[in-house]
Amino acid sequence: MRAELETLKSEALQALEHVQNSKQLAEWRSRFLGKRGALTQLMRRMGQVPPEERPAVGRLANEIKQALEAAYAERAEAIRRAELEETLQRDAVDVTLPGRPPAMGRLHPSTRTLREIERIFADLGFQVYRARDVELDEYNFQLLNIPPHHPARDMQDTFYVDDGGDSESRTVLLRTHTSPGQIHAMREFAAMNPDDPPPVRIILPGMCYRHEQITARSEIQFHQVEGLAVGRRITMADLKGTIEYFVRRMFGPERQLRFRASHFPFTEPSAEVDMDCMLCQGKGCRVCKYTGWLEIMGCGMVHPNVLRNGGYDPERYTGFAFGMGPERIAMLKYGIEDIRYFWQNDLRFLEQF
Amino acid sequence: MRVPISWLNDFVDVSDISADELAERLTLAGLEVTAIERVGDWWDPERIRVGQVLRVEPHPNADRLVLATVDYGAGEPLTVVTGAPNVRPGMKVAFATAGATIINGYSEAREKMVLKPATIRGVRSEGMVLSERELGLSDEHEGILELEPEAPVGTPLRDWLGDTVLEIDILPNIARCMNILGVAREVATLYRRPLRYPPTEWEETGDPIEGKVEIEIQDPRRCHRFVAALIMGVTIGPSPAWMQRRLRLAGMRPINNVVDITNYVMLEVGEPLHAFDYDKLVERARRTGRETPKIIMRQAREGETLVTLDGVERHLTPDDILVTDTAGILSIAGIMGGAETEVTEATRNVLLEAASWDYISIRRTSRRLGIFSEAAARFSRGVHPALALVGDRRAARLMHELAGGTIADGMADNYPAPPPAVTVEFDLDFGERLLGMALDEDEVVDILTRLEFAVERKGDRRLLVTQPDHRLDIHGPADIAEEVARIVGLDKLPSTLMADELPPLRTDRLRELEETVRDLLVNAGLQEIISYALTTPEAEARLRLDGTPRPESEYVRLVNPSSSERRVMRRTLLVSLVEALQRNLTHHDRVAIFEIGRAYLPKPGQQLPDEQLRLGIAVTGPARPPSWLEPQPPHADFFDLKGVIEALCRHLHVAERVRFVPAEHPSLQPGRTAAVELDGRRIGVVGELHPLVREANDLPDRRIAVAEIELQPLLEAVPPTYQVEPVPRYPAIIEDIAVLVPEHTPAADVEAVIREAGGELLRYVELFDVYRGDPLPPGQKSLAYRLHYQAPDRTLTDEEAAQIRGRIVEALRQRLGATIRGAG
Repeated sequence: MRAELETLKSEALQALEHVQNSKQLAEWRSRFLGKRGALTQLMRRMGQVPPEERPAVGRLANEIKQALEAAYAERAEAIRRAELEETLQRDAVDVTLPGRPPAMGRLHPSTRTLREIERIFADLGFQVYRARDVELDEYNFQLLNIPPHHPARDMQDTFYVDDGGDSESRTVLLRTHTSPGQIHAMREFAAMNPDDPPPVRIILPGMCYRHEQITARSEIQFHQVEGLAVGRRITMADLKGTIEYFVRRMFGPERQLRFRASHFPFTEPSAEVDMDCMLCQGKGCRVCKYTGWLEIMGCGMVHPNVLRNGGYDPERYTGFAFGMGPERIAMLKYGIEDIRYFWQNDLRFLEQF
Repeated sequence: MRVPISWLNDFVDVSDISADELAERLTLAGLEVTAIERVGDWWDPERIRVGQVLRVEPHPNADRLVLATVDYGAGEPLTVVTGAPNVRPGMKVAFATAGATIINGYSEAREKMVLKPATIRGVRSEGMVLSERELGLSDEHEGILELEPEAPVGTPLRDWLGDTVLEIDILPNIARCMNILGVAREVATLYRRPLRYPPTEWEETGDPIEGKVEIEIQDPRRCHRFVAALIMGVTIGPSPAWMQRRLRLAGMRPINNVVDITNYVMLEVGEPLHAFDYDKLVERARRTGRETPKIIMRQAREGETLVTLDGVERHLTPDDILVTDTAGILSIAGIMGGAETEVTEATRNVLLEAASWDYISIRRTSRRLGIFSEAAARFSRGVHPALALVGDRRAARLMHELAGGTIADGMADNYPAPPPAVTVEFDLDFGERLLGMALDEDEVVDILTRLEFAVERKGDRRLLVTQPDHRLDIHGPADIAEEVARIVGLDKLPSTLMADELPPLRTDRLRELEETVRDLLVNAGLQEIISYALTTPEAEARLRLDGTPRPESEYVRLVNPSSSERRVMRRTLLVSLVEALQRNLTHHDRVAIFEIGRAYLPKPGQQLPDEQLRLGIAVTGPARPPSWLEPQPPHADFFDLKGVIEALCRHLHVAERVRFVPAEHPSLQPGRTAAVELDGRRIGVVGELHPLVREANDLPDRRIAVAEIELQPLLEAVPPTYQVEPVPRYPAIIEDIAVLVPEHTPAADVEAVIREAGGELLRYVELFDVYRGDPLPPGQKSLAYRLHYQAPDRTLTDEEAAQIRGRIVEALRQRLGATIRGAG
């Protein structure tokens, strides 16, 4: 019996060495350790062993059983690992294949630019003020110090709306700039306390329209963002500082600015703001027409007549205003050469942002 | 305006200032130099020189060609072949020797070429006498360029004829600088240099002008002044070469000495002039029984016409102001003269007009007639009446000098109402408060004096400043501050941030929510677009099954559209979405776009339309981007778009108040269209484009889901804030029920009944399957819902769940006649 047990042990261990997979492992287990396995069969013959030897043989049988269980567990773990390895190998993919594309939406580049501008001015305490697209001549021109037939009207060819009147008395138009909002806003603020109107600090974004031919350089509609600050201590130096802050946040702290005298009927003094060309670092290139400078906005001190029309006494109040085109800014920033891209809504353009 | 620096140098010494520096200073001071043109900088100084024609001989083998022998100062004179009709012995010419680069006069593109020796009809030619075109000076190629007699032979042409021209963009407020003297005054002020005036005096005069011409201003509102000088005995001929050259550099064509002088003086001092043939005026006067001409300035009458100098018959209206005589119209004031009395070769006596007109009147006439002459460009921006006398005197002197005329003694000057002098009090403290920089009284006085303002110191840092009589733009102290700021230089202004108090807070909540909507839609995978607000009634009509355009009166309609495709403001965003689909579906399979924009709806009896903020969405093509993993994703339809709108409403916390109800819409497919209702009020529509509408708009034959929703009511419904519920601490009991209802029963009704009957403990209802067909009876559908029962304060028992379920089943049975499938 002892010998048989020893033989069984060595036979089982030997067989285990040939076990290669979980199926064979299960077979091995049932063959040697199962309910009808070899060890169980052998143990059933314990009765044939002389009683005095039984404890010793029993101990031996137990030891062998434990040894075989341990060997089995070790083998089982090795096979599980090997089989997992095999599965993982089969599971490998070509990681250079493209990923599953999510459906991504994007904001229009003008919206992105408008938001960026609004955010920067919000940090300086400017609130957004919106006004209508279809305006009265009075607000778009007259209250802004541009009387009928003023030469400045040449600079802003206007779409007029059929209001039933004759051509000489057109009163409704598509706003040519967001400046009519200056009057709306000042009057609204002044109404809060007509004798002592509160300060105004707003920016006015919106779509504007001009009678143009649509070309790569000119459009019939475009956004404008105007800024207006009115108060008792607003200076042109403040205007300069405000614009410098904006430009350096928008285009980078290394940007150089140039303020040159200019003319707008609704500001006095007026200035154009040029920024050193960021494409050629001011050396001169096609985009800056070899001047090294890019014109980015117009600005000035609010004209006394405009202040008065807004309900602010020019003897007591001063103010500054500025205006810029987000599309032009986006064109400079992203190297867009054709302004028509903005409203054509070609996804091949829009999906690049 | 084109400013040759050599001409500028007549009035202010700029010989030591580079063109680049000058351009920079002028630009910063408000005279933007847009280009610097260097005339002749490419002429080879060795090979292109001043030459003199010594002899002209016939070409032995060609009738139209001659042989010119030219001394060019270097080496032996050369004989060249030329066809120029104006070549003659003694004339000074621009001469090029072989190897010089010139412009090919016969090339359309005006390309440069290198001059090579050539044999022309058997005669060797080693050089060339040059035309203006070959030098790039103008297009003139009829004859060769004639230089001044005093041009020194052998001098490089570049040194004699080369020049630098500044191109200046003159804005309306600096109309006074639309002449060389005006620019010179700015330069003189900027550089603190003396300004030299052109001479306007003469010594000998002829007979007095009295009795030779009479001037009557019938419309003093529009004709502010009329000055006439009479120059007798002029000889018409070409003007001197220097004058011709300056006119060309400034962009005008030389004609003859008298006409050239009027143009020259206009460019020089800014007063447009007109020369009449005086004898023709006398002749016309005699026709009407008068001995002497009478010049009358009057309003035009309806139906009058005039053939102007350019040979075009112009139709006049009472808007126009005319220069007339007793025989009829002479010219359209300030714009263009008539052909009959113009100066010709035969003219002997010249009546020289210098006038001042109402700029608005000139501007309107010029625009209506489409005549943008140099004179009209100046008069329509405003020319001070004082300049009329200056201009007339300057031109008279030049005619005396260059055309040999005798100037009649005195001038006829009708000046009914000289404008009052404009005097402004300028408080330097105000200037400092406006500009934010310290102002020195002496410096300010110096600047203003150099700009020719009369300045009186009133003490206490106050100045009395009077506008000079060449400008019309000063109205108040802000204008004076601008003059000071731009001459001192805006670069000298400090940069500060506002120290003023903050304005009252005024928020625009709808705008903030509008941006939230953009973000939510972008998160839902949609691309934002921005479209033209302008369209046509026809484009909008193509969106409707009936296809008939609305009357134009229902649109905000432009009277002066720049294109027939953009002539009314859109009434719907659908028209923009369809345009974007048309553009993209040729190259994009999947298009998922949205626009937040305005629709423009005229309001009867009101001047201004309603500008309604709307949201438009269009979705078509694969619901997800296709890839090798999923080459053909399912096609997007109504439900993809509805899902987006539902998600939007949930995120805005308005889902409870929004319902989708079956509806009809002229653009959309019946049965696949829903109205979007907010609290029972229709605010929009979602559906699939009707197949016939797709067809009418050249869109592909496949489902295209679109929506258009009014944003304002939706955004106003958004609660200012909302409360968050605690995360459940007790488990939910989840079960599914399948509800069998007739086909026509809306799912929304089934869900409503379930929710109502389920009560508070029914926390969640989700429709997860819709089934029709075997083994269900025809006309029936099965809606399968997953239900979550949950209590906030305890674990629900199976009995409680069964009770709720029982209530739901009972309600479905009673209210909708539904049966429950596969369950008790």
